[in-house]
Amino acid sequence: MNLSLELMLQLCIIMPLLATLAIVASGRHPNIREGVTIATCLALIFLVVSLYQGLSAGESISVYWWELLPGLTISFDIEPLGMLFALVASFLWLVTTIYAIGYMRSHQEKNQTRFYVCFAVAIGAVMGLAFSANLFTLFIFYEVLTLSTYPLVTHAGTEKAKKGGRIYLGILLSTSIVFFLLAIVSTWLVAGTLDFTLGGIFADDVDKVIASILLVLFIFGIGKAAIMPFHRWLPAAMVAPTPVSSLLHAVAVVKAGVFTVLKVCIFIFGLDLLAELPSTQFLLYLAGASVLLASLIAMRQDNLKARLAYSTVSQLGYITIGALLATSSGVIGSSMHIAMHAFGKITLFFCAGAILVTLHKSKISEMRGIGRQMPVTMIAFFIASLSIIGVPPTGGTWSKWYLMMGTIETEQFVLMVILMLSTLLNIAYLLPIAFHAFFPNLTSFKTSDKSNNTTNITKERLPSFEIKEAPLPSLIAIVVTTLGCLTLFIYPQPLFDLASAILTGRG
Amino acid sequence: MIAHLPILQVIIPLLAAPICLLLNRSKLVWLFSLLASGLAFSISILLLQQVMTSGVISYELGGWQAPWGIEYRIDNLNAFLLLIISGISTVVLFAAQTSIEKEIPKDKHVYFYVLYLLSLTGMLGIVATGDAFNVFVFLEISSLSAYALIAMGNKRQALWASYQYLIMGTIGATFILIGIGLMYQMTGTLNMEDLSQRLPEVAQTRTVFVSFVFVIVGVCLKLAMFPLHLWLPNAYAYAPSIVTAFFAATATKVAVYLLIRFTFSVFGLSFSFTTIPLQTLFMALGLFGIFVASTTAIYQSNVKHLFAYSSIAQIGYMIVGFSLSTVTGLTATLLHMFNHALMKGAIFLALAAVVYRVGNVELKNFRGLGRQMPLTMAAIVIGGLSLIGVPLTVGFVSKWYLLTALVEQGWWPIAVLILLGSMLAVVYVWRVIEVAYFKEPLEQNVEVKEAPMSFLIPIWTLVIANIYFGIDTRLSVQVAEAAAQSLFGVSP
Repeated sequence: MNLSLELMLQLCIIMPLLATLAIVASGRHPNIREGVTIATCLALIFLVVSLYQGLSAGESISVYWWELLPGLTISFDIEPLGMLFALVASFLWLVTTIYAIGYMRSHQEKNQTRFYVCFAVAIGAVMGLAFSANLFTLFIFYEVLTLSTYPLVTHAGTEKAKKGGRIYLGILLSTSIVFFLLAIVSTWLVAGTLDFTLGGIFADDVDKVIASILLVLFIFGIGKAAIMPFHRWLPAAMVAPTPVSSLLHAVAVVKAGVFTVLKVCIFIFGLDLLAELPSTQFLLYLAGASVLLASLIAMRQDNLKARLAYSTVSQLGYITIGALLATSSGVIGSSMHIAMHAFGKITLFFCAGAILVTLHKSKISEMRGIGRQMPVTMIAFFIASLSIIGVPPTGGTWSKWYLMMGTIETEQFVLMVILMLSTLLNIAYLLPIAFHAFFPNLTSFKTSDKSNNTTNITKERLPSFEIKEAPLPSLIAIVVTTLGCLTLFIYPQPLFDLASAILTGRG
Repeated sequence: MIAHLPILQVIIPLLAAPICLLLNRSKLVWLFSLLASGLAFSISILLLQQVMTSGVISYELGGWQAPWGIEYRIDNLNAFLLLIISGISTVVLFAAQTSIEKEIPKDKHVYFYVLYLLSLTGMLGIVATGDAFNVFVFLEISSLSAYALIAMGNKRQALWASYQYLIMGTIGATFILIGIGLMYQMTGTLNMEDLSQRLPEVAQTRTVFVSFVFVIVGVCLKLAMFPLHLWLPNAYAYAPSIVTAFFAATATKVAVYLLIRFTFSVFGLSFSFTTIPLQTLFMALGLFGIFVASTTAIYQSNVKHLFAYSSIAQIGYMIVGFSLSTVTGLTATLLHMFNHALMKGAIFLALAAVVYRVGNVELKNFRGLGRQMPLTMAAIVIGGLSLIGVPLTVGFVSKWYLLTALVEQGWWPIAVLILLGSMLAVVYVWRVIEVAYFKEPLEQNVEVKEAPMSFLIPIWTLVIANIYFGIDTRLSVQVAEAAAQSLFGVSP
């Protein structure tokens, strides 16, 4: 095939949208419908990888669609950070789709066609967001992403789903419209452009107070980055089916949020300006507080998905901290963490879903001993936990390393301590799950029967020792992402190259 | 022919109305009205093209020269309005025949079309004419036919709603008449262009001041500006659904046009904004309107009421843009007039389809409709998103301009308030969506099916227009900007 890179870029966004038509048309035949979805995934990966090769070869790839309002264009431009995000998202979309096929079928969910349609729209929006060349384009896809994921979050259609959806949409829409849009309009008026430019778009003599206010508006407005106090939507969205939680709340939606934060910090403010602003310090501490508090809340959750959700809130704080540190190691750490956390967290969610589908368990307290029934799943869970914690031999090590470097370089020792504390908390709330799964500490009950003076000692029994793993497609997905966590430790070079190319310009 | 377009714009629907009486067959009359309205629409397109290329068109009625005879004066502003009114009227008429079958007794069908065309004539006339007294005449034509149309609603409350509107509308029209009379007394002319030149000489007199206040209050009554909005919710809720769709999209826009025309062209910018604290007053009232009306909308159980209150809130946005008295602010207002017509046209037509299938628009009857009437409900969702101002819909375009206008002038707090106001829109729109998509249908509605094509085609025409003009904003932005600039006397 001899497609030009520009065409490929556009196809990345348009193809998933066109695929929705095919998905709707084949709605009555699940096998064809899923076939269409997987074919689209594969084609998308092919496109993104080709674009990556093009970018590595030093080509500049940009597309201009049209001018929506005078001076405000819908246009796309590929740079390393967006490339990194697109690579992660498109690859994990494929894995999630495979997982979803197993999950949705064995769970006998209704409205699966709508599910796959919204999934495809969401990934199209993510591609548009990743490649957008200006803040205006990014904002449009940001909102499309919010709206297209709403039906996914409320998929179950129950009262609880409705409530969760309300919080989800309420927080994401209101932060994005009240703060984010206002920040964009103001930036447009102050700077006269919204194009992402390395080193920022503000003039050198911009009023520091105004820029400070704008930064606060941006960080608050990007609700998808889930900085406290705007994090409530993330746990609320956990009512969604597990594949949705895994792709959207470990990869697409939350990463779209932190990706936008990074974009704004690097390409709108520029690291030099960012380091000078008085509000940066305040926001750093806010993000630090978010990291710690979310970890603490996570410890108290008994529902596995809720615990993972709060863990995500805390991990997103890392990325925001890295962006706000305004040094190259901070940026490298943050952008690598986008990928590392995505692989780790999606594995954890996959495992949670697998446990739910096969053993119908969602509470951590009920999960003791399940390692014998689901060994593969729980080993995967263990490895992914290590990656989230950030210890070898998993990918999370590298991103955490650079984030730490960043805090030391900028002498933000408070934040360094926060990151270390949070690591300890991660260990405390993730490892026991895998540990108890394999080494259940069984309690014994003493019951005495007074009538005939005997004492019975009953041992808590484990349900069964028969191996009962998740449906095959789901299991494959789990293994793939777990291997991803390990591979990223051994072979992080391409990722690192992309991350370090962000600040030097094109790779 | 081309030279006579300005008068043809008004006279075609005017003459079509009595011909309808002669035709006297429901279906035939419908087709004929559609034809008349369609012609008016094509004329408005031609007029807009002409104005955009060669500037203001002045047409002297009967060949009498301007200050003495009646002059029709088409500039960017009214060409834009003519396009909105005749366009919406045509699209809405498509669905009219099916809709009134269920809502209006058969023997009144012909009268319905006659009144509809007269009302259309009135609105087009108000906008096209350059003569202040002529404005009053057409205002009465459109209002009187509107009262009768609203009274045709099939519930008894329609009569009361119509009566309320009659009282308030008459007060408004009388005020406008008094204002025009006082102006005439001071200057001896009724031609708007002429007035604008002669008024400054006598600007300091109390008479002119009083006439200004009368006109403003009268117009504000007509445009249902908070707190003069009390007639609107019932009038919209109890009128036949087609009438609601037509009026919600056009009637208040005409009043906003009058407000702009009188303050900017006739009295002049500096007079209007200095004699009374118009800016503070209108900005405060506009904001109050947004918050009070949106909050009230949240608590409505009748969906027509809900969106009627939302209309009052949307007028608040137009008023805030107007009160800034800057080119960008006025552009925002004009854009919102165009965009709001598209959103509310789509939403109220969809509601008309619901009335056709379900019988009423009580919120509880919306249960399960998301599955039973997917296309109609999707239209309400998209219209609602547009009301909220989500990107890629028209609502976003006008919101962007309004925000730019506010931030440009340093009105940050107001900008935040405006955005918070649009959050209220999320709440009331989502109430409808949640009921439609998350609840099981009521027992008596299990059999309800998707609306017929005669509804779906016009509804989706407007929905697609909502998206199209949210993406390709060249037409609306260019015209609105040109109109705003010419009102400020800035050459584009």
